[in-house]
Amino acid sequence: MKYVDEFRDQGLARDLAAALDRTLTRPRRIMEVCGTHTMAVFRSGLRSLLPEGLELVSGPGCPVCVTSAAHVDAFLALAGRPGVRVATFGDLIRVPGSDGTSLAHARSQGAQVEVVYSPMDGLTLARNHPDETVVFLGVGFETTTPGVAATVRAARQEGLSNFFVFTTQKTMMPPLMALFGDPDQSIDGLLCPGHVSAIIGAAAYGPLAERYHLPCVVGGFEPVDILQALLLLVRQLEEGRSEVENAYTRVVSPAGNLQAQSLVAEVFEPVDMEWRGLGVIPGSGLQLRAPYRAYDAQECLGVEVVSATEVRGCLCGRILQGRARPPECPLFGSRCTPSTPIGPCMVSSEGTCSAYYNYSLSDSN
Amino acid sequence: MCLAVPMQVREINDWSAVVELEGIQREVRLDIVDRRPVVGDYVIVHAGFAIHTLDAEEAKTNLRLMQEMADGLDVLDGLDRQDQDSLQ
Ligand code: SF4
Repeated sequence: MKYVDEFRDQGLARDLAAALDRTLTRPRRIMEVCGTHTMAVFRSGLRSLLPEGLELVSGPGCPVCVTSAAHVDAFLALAGRPGVRVATFGDLIRVPGSDGTSLAHARSQGAQVEVVYSPMDGLTLARNHPDETVVFLGVGFETTTPGVAATVRAARQEGLSNFFVFTTQKTMMPPLMALFGDPDQSIDGLLCPGHVSAIIGAAAYGPLAERYHLPCVVGGFEPVDILQALLLLVRQLEEGRSEVENAYTRVVSPAGNLQAQSLVAEVFEPVDMEWRGLGVIPGSGLQLRAPYRAYDAQECLGVEVVSATEVRGCLCGRILQGRARPPECPLFGSRCTPSTPIGPCMVSSEGTCSAYYNYSLSDSN
Repeated sequence: MCLAVPMQVREINDWSAVVELEGIQREVRLDIVDRRPVVGDYVIVHAGFAIHTLDAEEAKTNLRLMQEMADGLDVLDGLDRQDQDSLQ
């Protein structure tokens, strides 16, 4: 078992697509909430296999895309301080703040901005630059948060005093509950994020299925994984069921990764958090608990997050709610492209606008 | 940020492992992995941390269910419901 080749069988994909086609009797809209799913759907050319009438819309699951302009402004203010070195995931570096500048601009003006692969790399930077204040910019969902928690714990064990985390960590269930609690939305089913689910467990989506009668299926990232998940969703819809099902059992269990959950609970506590396009959602963010506050950049370095307006004309906010598609944005492909991004949905490789642009899709799907 | 493809473990140390994908090796932390892997296992990696160790039996079951669904077999419905029950 190599866990890859077996799941890239084209014949199996075709057969699943055919079964999907046979099962679907009327148009349905499915939201794929995870940025990695969005990318996988486009990159694998899966759209061409899907039956007409089955529409996939993206949700608020690209971590960089949902980072508010106010937070980006605060990151920029921090990076501009003398003696500060910020460590960030690559995607974040080109996201414009409210004045259109990004961490990449700041770096070209002399700010110390380092792209890292893991939050742990922030610790290495802190060790190598003992005279500087090193701040890791924490963005991400349940899949990223346990690693940030492990990093903060390691910093404390090592007694590092020049390492901090600016946390904007977010949890997935509160925005989903808000989105599907809105009677106006028109989504029939949810393709649940595979690796967020590896941490929180498939059973976490129970409230969505029960309260809002929303079919929820956890899916992996190979074309066959996505097709199987879509087939399970369409079957539920055709049979009038709304349940949580799991099409990614090789990675996701009902209860999730308990080790990661307990570490996160030890280090973080819920806090209200602002999302781009969705506003402040109660309890949807995470901040460091009291014993770990010595590593909290906002508290220890006095960083303020002041409310800021989003870029004018950018539809990211509506796109993140599944209410608009990139080609509906007047800036899409003209003023806004991956090399001159105006909103975060065009910056991140997981962003819907960038996926549409790179795979040059018309709005016909 | 999230690599969807499993990587194979080549070497294990206290808190970290060396993993490989298509000839490229990388060091990953084992702080939060659900089951500690052994050399030869495959793990899902996210931002420098292994988050899950795959199990061959689970993967085979996963694949078998897919094949049954692709063949339009209804046996799956029964199996599905069981999975469903265990979720509740
Ligand atoms: S195309 Fe650009 S400006 Fe328009 S919604 Fe997407 S990111 Fe925003």
